[in-house]
Amino acid sequence: MYAFAYERPATLAEALALLEAHGPDARLLAGGTDLIIRLRDGSARPAVVIDVKRIPELCGGIREEDGRLVIGASTVMTDIAADARVRRRFTALAEAASVVGSVQIRNRATLAGNICNASPAADTATPLLVYDATVVAAGPGGLRRIPIDDFFVRSGVTTLAPGEIVTAVELPFPDGPIGAAHTRRTRRRGHDLASVTLSCAVDATGRTRIAYGSVGPRPVLVVDESGILADPVAPAEAKAAVLETVFAGASPSPRSMRASPEYRLAMLRVLGARAIATALDRMARG
Amino acid sequence: MTRTVPISLNVNGRPRTVDVAPNHTLLEVLREDLDLTGTKECCLVGECGACTVIVDGRSVDSCLMLAIEADGADVLTVEGLAADGRLSPLQAAFLDKGGVQCGFCIPGQIMSAHALLAENPHPSRAEVEEGIAGNLCRCGCYEQIFEAILATAEGVER
Repeated sequence: MYAFAYERPATLAEALALLEAHGPDARLLAGGTDLIIRLRDGSARPAVVIDVKRIPELCGGIREEDGRLVIGASTVMTDIAADARVRRRFTALAEAASVVGSVQIRNRATLAGNICNASPAADTATPLLVYDATVVAAGPGGLRRIPIDDFFVRSGVTTLAPGEIVTAVELPFPDGPIGAAHTRRTRRRGHDLASVTLSCAVDATGRTRIAYGSVGPRPVLVVDESGILADPVAPAEAKAAVLETVFAGASPSPRSMRASPEYRLAMLRVLGARAIATALDRMARG
Repeated sequence: MTRTVPISLNVNGRPRTVDVAPNHTLLEVLREDLDLTGTKECCLVGECGACTVIVDGRSVDSCLMLAIEADGADVLTVEGLAADGRLSPLQAAFLDKGGVQCGFCIPGQIMSAHALLAENPHPSRAEVEEGIAGNLCRCGCYEQIFEAILATAEGVER
């Protein structure tokens, strides 16, 4: 690995000052499961690596605040997957966190890092979209809250401004009962990046939120207000017609090595139907 | 010449202070500075698990962690499992069940299994499969490795 300088700020203010001083020459290091690979292969060559893992403002773990679950930026996938509140209230996020990489990766990879890396295949992106999460970012001008659907631009690019640091991800507790599920398709069991990711949440009013990824430059959220997808007695043809409009935003790349566009589009429909069925079943069970 | 930084960490129960370059991984420092060559270098992208060690009680790919990030940490490598010249029950089970062919992946397999059993002393077969899903074995000894881990779990006092 080429030589770089390493900084380990002890406060958020110090981290922001370092980012300001080094500008584009700096990269933030959280779990490192993406960045260290890029430092080694030379696709990222920052002069300064800023390790944010010991900043108290990012280390708050998982806590409840004003009707929201707040996940500190340093929280790793293992802890998200194991948290009782996440499992009970944000089931699709717990499921997504539990399938990221391997045990070793989940012990290091953070939720904030997963979304900042902005891979179209990021497992946690789709549950955060269906749960209407908010990204909290600290910058020179103070704190800013970014709706997750406004956060992703394309692979590796977000709307985070230069000089900003994600401090937490917030999830509003749903008003009423909901059922949710996360599904994915990989080439093999175990440790693999997803060829298709899909999360779904249905609520008692019949509104269905579906988010899917790895089939275009960024994950896509679609909200179906028709009630047809959540209606257990709606005819299959009616549901299929709604799903066609839901998946209209998919544009898988023909250049990806993981799966062909045809396969991804076909699996999107399979995963969509499965996730809706699981979500409805979970809502019925309460 | 890269500037080095002193870090203090506990490796296999022994306090160590090492001068590390910021761009050196924990894997490099374990192998090259501390002569703990049981931890293997293989894929260097976090897919094979040959470099698995336990940091503060959790298994990690040491190729994806800078040594400087381990400042203040407790690190357990495969060299730390045997005590008084006797293999740990898990290590012995790998030999008993024929889990070792070429052996290259075995330190990583054993560290993942050790972390799994510390967290979950009586895992199901499915939990064992998931627990070592981040460790590849090109000899294809997975069945014997599962048997070794499950046999070790059986031997633990219930």
